[in-house]
Amino acid sequence: MNHGTALLWKRRALSSLSATRRGLPQEKMSENGMVSRAKVLTIDTMNPTVKKVEYAVRGPIVQRAVELERELSEGMKKPFAEVIKANIGDAHAMGQQPITFFRQVLALCSYPELLNDSTFPEDAKSRAHRILQSCGGNSMGSYSASQGIDSVRQDVARYIERRDGGVPCDPDDIYLTTGASDGIVTMLKLLVCGEGAARTGVMISIPQYPLYSAALAELGAVQINYYLNEETCWSLDIGELQRALDEARQYCNPRALCIINPGNPTGQVQSRECIEDVIRFAAKERLFLMADEVYQDNVYAEGCQFHSFKKVLFEMGPEYSNTVELASFHSTSKCYMGECGFRGGYMEIINMDDEVKAQLTKLVSVRLCPPVPGQALMDLVVNPPQPGEPSYDNFIKERTATLSALAQKAKLTEQVLNTVQGISCNPVQGAMYSFPRITIPEKAIKEATDKGQQPDMFYCMKMLEETGICLVPGSGFGQKDGTYHFRMTILPPNDKLQILLNKVKEFHQRFTQQYS
Amino acid sequence: FLQHVKASFGTLKPEAKNMSQQAVNGVSHRGKVLTLDSMNPNVKRVEYAVRGPIVQRAVQIEKELKEGVKKPFTEVIKANIGDAHAMGQKPITFLRQVLALCSYPELLEDNMFPEDAKKRARRILESCGGHSIGAYSASQGIECIRQDVARYIERRDGGIPSSPDNIYLSTGASDAIVTMLKLLVCGEGRSRTGVMISIPQYPLYSAALADLGAVQISYYLDEDKCWSLDVAELRRALNAARQHCNPRVLCIINPGNPTGQVQSRQCIEDVIRFAKEEHLFLMADEVYQDNVYAEGCKFHSFKKVLFEMGPEYSSTVEMASFHSTSKCYMGECGFRGGYMEVINMDPEVKAQLTKLVSVRLCPPVPGQALLDLVVNPPQPDEPSYTTFMKERTAVLAALAEKARLTEETFNTVPGITCNPVQGAMYTFPRITLPQKAIDKAKEEGQVPDMYYCMRLLEEEGICLVPGSGFGQREGTFHFRMTILPPTEKLKVVLQKIREFHLRFTQEFS
Repeated sequence: MNHGTALLWKRRALSSLSATRRGLPQEKMSENGMVSRAKVLTIDTMNPTVKKVEYAVRGPIVQRAVELERELSEGMKKPFAEVIKANIGDAHAMGQQPITFFRQVLALCSYPELLNDSTFPEDAKSRAHRILQSCGGNSMGSYSASQGIDSVRQDVARYIERRDGGVPCDPDDIYLTTGASDGIVTMLKLLVCGEGAARTGVMISIPQYPLYSAALAELGAVQINYYLNEETCWSLDIGELQRALDEARQYCNPRALCIINPGNPTGQVQSRECIEDVIRFAAKERLFLMADEVYQDNVYAEGCQFHSFKKVLFEMGPEYSNTVELASFHSTSKCYMGECGFRGGYMEIINMDDEVKAQLTKLVSVRLCPPVPGQALMDLVVNPPQPGEPSYDNFIKERTATLSALAQKAKLTEQVLNTVQGISCNPVQGAMYSFPRITIPEKAIKEATDKGQQPDMFYCMKMLEETGICLVPGSGFGQKDGTYHFRMTILPPNDKLQILLNKVKEFHQRFTQQYS
Repeated sequence: FLQHVKASFGTLKPEAKNMSQQAVNGVSHRGKVLTLDSMNPNVKRVEYAVRGPIVQRAVQIEKELKEGVKKPFTEVIKANIGDAHAMGQKPITFLRQVLALCSYPELLEDNMFPEDAKKRARRILESCGGHSIGAYSASQGIECIRQDVARYIERRDGGIPSSPDNIYLSTGASDAIVTMLKLLVCGEGRSRTGVMISIPQYPLYSAALADLGAVQISYYLDEDKCWSLDVAELRRALNAARQHCNPRVLCIINPGNPTGQVQSRQCIEDVIRFAKEEHLFLMADEVYQDNVYAEGCKFHSFKKVLFEMGPEYSSTVEMASFHSTSKCYMGECGFRGGYMEVINMDPEVKAQLTKLVSVRLCPPVPGQALLDLVVNPPQPDEPSYTTFMKERTAVLAALAEKARLTEETFNTVPGITCNPVQGAMYTFPRITLPQKAIDKAKEEGQVPDMYYCMRLLEEEGICLVPGSGFGQREGTFHFRMTILPPTEKLKVVLQKIREFHLRFTQEFS
């Protein structure tokens, strides 16, 4: 076909495309004498489990925020000059600087000619050299083993042993992943089976991180809600776990218990005692434990300490450490590094049946391998500069600065929000979010209901339109009926966070007044 | 507590021992929560031969060699997977320079980097949150990269328009293919979604269908006509499948994997007509679009052909096309970059797709950056152009040479017949196995071509994938081998296979 004809086709195709957009294709087609037919793939004929998936962290409110940003850049007048996205734990987007050492090594791995450049410190070069040597053809561009690069898994195992006071860790139990999300979904997928009352049920906290509910919806598993206790700083209570479990046994087969510690969106840090109770509960009720520990370095409150589920499990003795099945998840996206874009992560599995493990290894092989730059980054996180190495001082300085700034912002957020009448906020003991409770006037609830919106969605949408601040309504995470919350990251730089908190305060007062 | 820890170390290893100890301790012995019998049955049905048992054995042998175990060879050559860099192909300098700059922007001050690399890096960084590739991107992919992809497609397809809104960046092509299949699966029993895939196929498809519980509908490529696709065979497969499922999707791999054929324009038109007539969603796996070697062959994108067939087709046939950073001349598998373009997708479904991909947050940003460079490489007036073209041409010319060499050599071996490797990165020759060998394999509980490939691995250190992993007509046997090893090494590999085949045939005659 020559170019002219192609152009003619193009014009015709275009005109009919725009007709489709205007909703006219059927009339148009019948004019042309063509039979009109529905599409192969429509909302009614698509995968019904996908339709049930919801993920509020990137839901309608974020789509509106992106639209507002576009409108601002097109010069439209708004009551604010910029949109502040406090909806997602995206540290770099909020201005946090990458750790120099990590990025130096990644640059060296990307372009190994730089190994001859004298401006890079020796420890960065030796890390890069080691990573490249364990890549096929010494290139990050080759596929790795599906479970992850051997030497990286060894480093992860040594990191876990150091973290857990010497409790042994086998690199064969480590699976590198595409962010923690990938590991979590893969584990859930393995666990789902049965139909009807025998269908796998999975216990998740409410409030929860909506990856869990989304994955369960997609897998067609049964979500079992257990509620965290807001009055006691979002703590987990075994009585509540038991209640949720007993009820769920009526209609499904509860097999897994998911814990997020430190908590997302609720920011609590579990006590050692509480973790022991959970492990005992899992052992007694025969539940597979999934411990989401991606915020393990993000602990701010005095008296709080991160205890890994694995460490506690092994300290409880062989009765537990030989029997309780556990998967623990970590990521490069949080903590002090905040490298979300690289999609690095790992999971460690404990006491997994050998045959199931073989199935897991097979399953991950279909996706070939996690992104190698993310694996390299994971390696640096678990094997950072050591005392005596040239990059050590700077690394510690950067790491400490980030973590202490976060601790300060956690405190500031709690303090400011608690000065607002109608907002009450638990201490942000860890992680990266505040999840305050908000009082919404009855009139506002009614207006929201009339609009077919959740009251806290109505609240957050209004805040976005009036102040440019993008939060996620509590309903996206789940909350006790009749209570309302929002999730806000504590990641903006200090001065910006102060402005943001003030704006939230003013908005809340205005909103309350308007609907009183 | 240390005592506890020690106690648990002591009993950690021997499973049987710790069970009896539990009984001794008065703890009743119970099975695991998660066992082979209580796990997801769909996952059990998943198979992926490209990284299957033969590759696990290859890794073991490598370990044995390292530990000093004597073997009839000194190294294992993994010709099982299309992993160019692992086979010694060098990365394209420009791509890696930009990635280094994006990783460590302090290098933007460094004089050793050319201006066009810096310019690309700045543009990518400016479209990242906080100017860092460590920030999450939009779930659909970075906007300016989607724009670059759309422009690339327009150039490739002679001006047919492409909208960035229809582009979804992905974690390699595999991710997008699985996502599209996931959207399409519904119904139960006889109304369960059926998906047509070629045999031989790339086993990602069968694995994803097993995982999703969809029905696999096999249509056979014609080995006697250079693995060409015949619409009558499509129709046969479809009609047979309509008895037991609801066929809704037709998957095409062009250039072919593992079979290396390049579809003619005519054939693509026929497929599109068939899809329209039979109301099928088209999935075009076009990750080898730059890998076309044979004279007279040319890559035609499904989208281009679709639009050239006029609005009757271009405004109705639903299609998704897939591309990746892992193949072609760049071979950057480890970065997991890729995209898909969706055409004529129902807007409500598209909204569902956008929501679905948001759960995984975003594809890896370094992979997105790399994809941007692939679709927007150095231009003739830019400083990196000459080197880029030299490197690109060298890789593609070497591949063409190796494709020809492979075909020629195999066809000199009695009992091996090999179609021309018109494109992609693999040869899929047919092998004649003596009846005695077939019997022997059965005795050992193995598929005959698996037995053959395992023996080849043990005796020569060459790792191939048996044809049974891709599917083949009953009674025929094949293997897949990449053409990626450097020419000198490839010659050795081909020679070794030749000798092995002759020896094997003799042994079982």
